[in-house]
Amino acid sequence: MRAFEYATPQTKEQAVGLLGTKWGPIAVLAGGTDLLALMKDDVEQPKRLVNIKDIKELHGVTSSAQGLRIGALTTLGDLADNANVLQDYPALAEALNDAASPQIRNLATLGGNLCQRPRCWYFRNGFGLLPKDKVGKDLVAEGDNRFHAILGNSGPAKFVSPSTIVPTLIAYGAKVRLAGPKGNRELPLEKFYVIPKTDTEREHDLRPNEIITEVFIPAAGGMRAAHYEIRQKAAFDWPLAVAAVALNLSGSKVLSARVVLGYVAPVPWPSPEAEQALAGKVISEDVAKAAADAALQKAQPFTHNSYKVQLARVAVKRAILKAAGGAA
Amino acid sequence: MPENDPKQPHDEGSGVSRREFLKISSISVAAVPIMGTHVVEAAGEPVKVYGPGKVPVELTINGKKHALQLEPRVTLLDALRDHLEITGAKRVCDRGECGACTVLMDGKAVYACAVLAIETQGRPITTVESLMQGELLHPVQQAFVDNDASQCGFCTPGFVVAAKAFLDKHPQPTAEDIRRGLSGNFCRCGTYHGIQQAIAQMAQKGV
Repeated sequence: MRAFEYATPQTKEQAVGLLGTKWGPIAVLAGGTDLLALMKDDVEQPKRLVNIKDIKELHGVTSSAQGLRIGALTTLGDLADNANVLQDYPALAEALNDAASPQIRNLATLGGNLCQRPRCWYFRNGFGLLPKDKVGKDLVAEGDNRFHAILGNSGPAKFVSPSTIVPTLIAYGAKVRLAGPKGNRELPLEKFYVIPKTDTEREHDLRPNEIITEVFIPAAGGMRAAHYEIRQKAAFDWPLAVAAVALNLSGSKVLSARVVLGYVAPVPWPSPEAEQALAGKVISEDVAKAAADAALQKAQPFTHNSYKVQLARVAVKRAILKAAGGAA
Repeated sequence: MPENDPKQPHDEGSGVSRREFLKISSISVAAVPIMGTHVVEAAGEPVKVYGPGKVPVELTINGKKHALQLEPRVTLLDALRDHLEITGAKRVCDRGECGACTVLMDGKAVYACAVLAIETQGRPITTVESLMQGELLHPVQQAFVDNDASQCGFCTPGFVVAAKAFLDKHPQPTAEDIRRGLSGNFCRCGTYHGIQQAIAQMAQKGV
């Protein structure tokens, strides 16, 4: 790891003041589980780390009638054990417990999970987020793309969004709150993610001199949600497909639904097609299957990842059935 | 010269271990400029910035305070092994993937390679060295011995610490709980069955 200077600001204003206007030279240190590995591999080479863990207001979880406010520095482990999460957002608790390993969950923060960099092996080996070789050949399209995107992949970005927790947060209607030099802003979590078109862009809307301060999840009411992952290993493995579903039911009929896929596109992938296919229906195996087919209808796999289309379909179907209370 | 040449005298009597030799031989090339601490202004207030050279770092390991001079880039694992000679936590993947460096921070299992030493100041660290009471093995260690839960043994310290943290939190685990709860540690010899038995035995005994 290259040498860097290190600061521990006490307020979010100080933290923002210590950051810069460009990605690269200065990085925010929260849990560090992703950042330090990227630094050891020389993918990130910051000259300064700003450790934000001393900023008290970024810690803690508070529940109100409106919903749950989660400080950005809440670790995945603490959030998974939170009584409000277990009671009101069980699909989130499940997604958290499925993430990484106990040791990682005791360090990794929710804000860091939202900002972790893609797991694309070309990116992790220093070929960049939109990897090309010296003559401009697209390394993913013409290389080993078995774990790459099957949706939203027509541009230069072909990696998959790495968080396994974000699809469930989006299904619950979560918002993310940011602090920057001009004050605070809030946006729906799905708007936080963007598909980069050039090498200077990132895969999220966070500016280099902003930090995530908190995530807010509205009260779940009678919403029924589920999280479903398909992995090669039973635990401590990056999934091949993730689906999160939240259903607003009237009796057994779906009033409205949120269906969000993960590990299929460079961003978490909400599927309005699947949501429409569920609206007004009574959930059955056939209805769930039709919605899953709709979610993957536009999939465009590469040479080695067409298997992911069927896995994603199955993940969506099983998440719908699980949310409705049937067998998954 | 082959390392195990029987004609050559054994170097055990030289008093210099391999670790110490490597350390001594690296001193001559480790001329790092010391930058210390400076102050920058952020949001109209002075904020201390440490490094990139060595700065004072105080670590609390197994209840004892240690004052060190470390660069901010030194991980907790490297501080333990290379600066404090506390070598129970092993350096294997150094990427937060294998679990061999597992220690407790604030009583919770973490990968020592995934934390900077400087950021653990004020947070108590417990390593595998603190588990034995004199010559008496900790019950978790004894259960590993009783269940033949190691082969080459290199992953064992990390597994023992992870198992202790797991049992502290889940005193009555199911077999599935054990598998998932210890998923952050790898054993390339494949002694998982013995490790699962050791933990199940501990849970049964209620220790």
